[in-house]
Amino acid sequence: MSTVNVPILRFGREYESLDVNEVAGYADGAVLARVGQANAGLIRRDLKRVGEHARALRELPIVRLIEICREAGELFLNGTLPLNDAGDEQSPGDYVAALSATSGLPHTLCRANARKIHTVLTGMPGILFGLMRGMAPQVLDSGMGSSGGLPVCYANAADALGVVLPSNSPGVNSIWMPSLALKTPVVLKPGREEPWTPLRILRAFLAAGLPPEAVAYYPTDHEGAATILEVCGRSQLFGDENTTRPYANDPRVEIHGPGRSKVLLGADEADDWEEHLDVLVASVADNGGRSCINASSIFVPAHADEIADALARRLSEIVPRAPDDEGAKLAAFANPKMAAFIEASIENGVAGGGAEEVTSRYRDGERAVEAFGGNYLLPTVVRCASVEHPLANTEFLFPFTSVVEVPQDEMLARIGPTLVASAITRDEAFREALVASPLIDRLNLGAVATSHVEWDQPHEGNLFEALYKRRAIQRALDW
Amino acid sequence: MTDSPQAAAEALDAHAREIVRWHFSPDTGTPRWIDWARDAGWDPLEEVKGFADLLRFPNFDGEILRDEPHERWIPRAYQDRPFRIFETGGTTGMPKQRISWEDYKIDYEQFSETLDDEAFPRGGYWLMIGPTGPRRLRLAIEHLANHRGSSCYFVDLDPRWVKKLIREGQGPQAKAYMEHVIDQAVQILDKREISVLFTTPRLLEALSERLSIADAGVKGVFCGGTTMDPQTTRFLVEEVLEGRVGFVPTYGNTLMGLAAHKPLTPEDKFSITYYAPQPRAVLRVVDPEDSTKLVDYDAFGRVELTTLTQEFFLPRFLERDEGVRRRPCDLYPWDGVGEVRPFGASEQKIVEGVY
Repeated sequence: MSTVNVPILRFGREYESLDVNEVAGYADGAVLARVGQANAGLIRRDLKRVGEHARALRELPIVRLIEICREAGELFLNGTLPLNDAGDEQSPGDYVAALSATSGLPHTLCRANARKIHTVLTGMPGILFGLMRGMAPQVLDSGMGSSGGLPVCYANAADALGVVLPSNSPGVNSIWMPSLALKTPVVLKPGREEPWTPLRILRAFLAAGLPPEAVAYYPTDHEGAATILEVCGRSQLFGDENTTRPYANDPRVEIHGPGRSKVLLGADEADDWEEHLDVLVASVADNGGRSCINASSIFVPAHADEIADALARRLSEIVPRAPDDEGAKLAAFANPKMAAFIEASIENGVAGGGAEEVTSRYRDGERAVEAFGGNYLLPTVVRCASVEHPLANTEFLFPFTSVVEVPQDEMLARIGPTLVASAITRDEAFREALVASPLIDRLNLGAVATSHVEWDQPHEGNLFEALYKRRAIQRALDW
Repeated sequence: MTDSPQAAAEALDAHAREIVRWHFSPDTGTPRWIDWARDAGWDPLEEVKGFADLLRFPNFDGEILRDEPHERWIPRAYQDRPFRIFETGGTTGMPKQRISWEDYKIDYEQFSETLDDEAFPRGGYWLMIGPTGPRRLRLAIEHLANHRGSSCYFVDLDPRWVKKLIREGQGPQAKAYMEHVIDQAVQILDKREISVLFTTPRLLEALSERLSIADAGVKGVFCGGTTMDPQTTRFLVEEVLEGRVGFVPTYGNTLMGLAAHKPLTPEDKFSITYYAPQPRAVLRVVDPEDSTKLVDYDAFGRVELTTLTQEFFLPRFLERDEGVRRRPCDLYPWDGVGEVRPFGASEQKIVEGVY
């Protein structure tokens, strides 16, 4: 693979910055991208004209935008798309190879994420149906219409959606993509180690006919990210708690932090736990365990030791494989310091008592291994004696979960904020309590992995509700 | 101006000899340095033959400028003449102070010779937006304007207050203060005809968000005080100033005076190189581990300042900056310093975690 220059996209103008970050393959250190960095002043200056850019997008009827999304989905998955003005292009194979080499995700997971993005783009009508609760999306063309027999009127809450992206998984891009269908330009700051996916999505959109004024792509530093969050009327911020804390009380910013997703096993299903082992394995290990929707805790009312042991045995079958191996399920850490930090956190947590690392029974050697030129952490199950243990409700960037025994009637009081809860129970009273809980963003009822996503069910906020304000409207007769 | 590196080096040697004699001789000398020589074990008065001999001085300890009585810094020749007291930039606590008589005038008159009359027309009005107060800069800019037949308006910015607000996490207050400063500048630009601006990159950016600096009638801008990497410089030149306003980056401080920049050419790719006002001040880019050694050309090192005037002798002071050692150029036939930024900036730019 050769080095490519990744430009800044400034609402229709491609710009090659003099400030460049090099993104290198983790295995061989070869520089694969020279990513131009936007200075904060440049971003602020561009965003002053975002109202004009939004108008260019809003002129397109929604049916055309849905068509563009569909075509963009096909181009993203199968097309050869430009990377820059200099003539560098990227085929689907190039994309997977570059993404894998810099992010550590094996090719299989890169492709699975690409398919997820394709699904969202090509299935945009269904997603809008979910976001707009069944209202005809044509309402957005005039801002007015009717829904359920009532007149409705919607006004734009923002002229741009700012998105500060992470590097952990390409699939998260699916969360901002409906913004373009919802007639709101996007201002993207890619994660430092993952410039590829957001750029490829934007290129696909542009090739499909989206007005270039509708998109901005600003690789930038913390100051640039803060500028995006400050100036865009609405934003999505991905990051750990240190990153997101300053914006915790800013209603304009939708925070996507650690998910702390969980599987809750009801007392009624506890004795049949073996039947649900596949769901537990998928919840922990799908997508290399790198998503906020991967389970980081499993709460069970009984049999915790057996469940932890059986899960450990299954997860220990997942081992590093070559990045292009079709059976690869584990991702390498592009940043070895991150692996070392996580490894130390787990070791300290176990050394403090009250927790047993169950996977070590089935593992040959250490958790942290080097293989195929990368640093890996092998899947890890920790049996915690209590919910208060520091490892009981902690999310790490690899297949890691705690198993904790909690009486069913105490579970809800103990789960804390939970992005996805998969409740394996048929107990109506327990289900009702879960449905009523404000702590859970996405509730899966039954044997459904936390990592399973139905795209018409948005989590962590509804993008339509973020981007549009419903307004009361009354019309005089004959006016 | 000397026109070859060889001639410049010879002029510097002669000047270094002369200034060391001045500060160490009983007739003209400075008490601080005469006393220093007594315990030094060598006699600078006799033994300094050229600039290279200044390497025998240790790096100057700037801390003594915070508490040493001013009288200790008065050369005998300047006794009984009232002096000015200048303080360094945005430091907190007791500031470093330097006394001065005419240096700032001489330095800025020399600097004036580097300016293009079209971008910095003689006559008319200037506006400085930035730290005034006890700083040499405020008087120096006014003198520079006056020297060119112009007069200068001032909008003050107290950098110590801004730093305090930022340190205490009071971002909104810091922002409000910036707006207060910019409001005043916009008002003056609106009501008065200003041809030249002197300010910092941040303030220039903020000002341009409120009005077109070119359309406001500004012909030339001096900009200094904080880091300007090539991308920032390009952004300022092409977008903030719309390619229609002369742009002169400056690097200077109370202890040195003002370094001029080599006018940018396309080959520079907006990378600024400063040249000290030799022989009155010398900038060297040195190995941070051994400041007697220069780094190679095009390599980063720490910036070391030596000031050599009759008012002030400051040998080998390590600035809080790093930069690239650049080759002499036609205009300034001695080493330059490029891409100046805070010392240690490269180490802070390592890993930012997953996100």
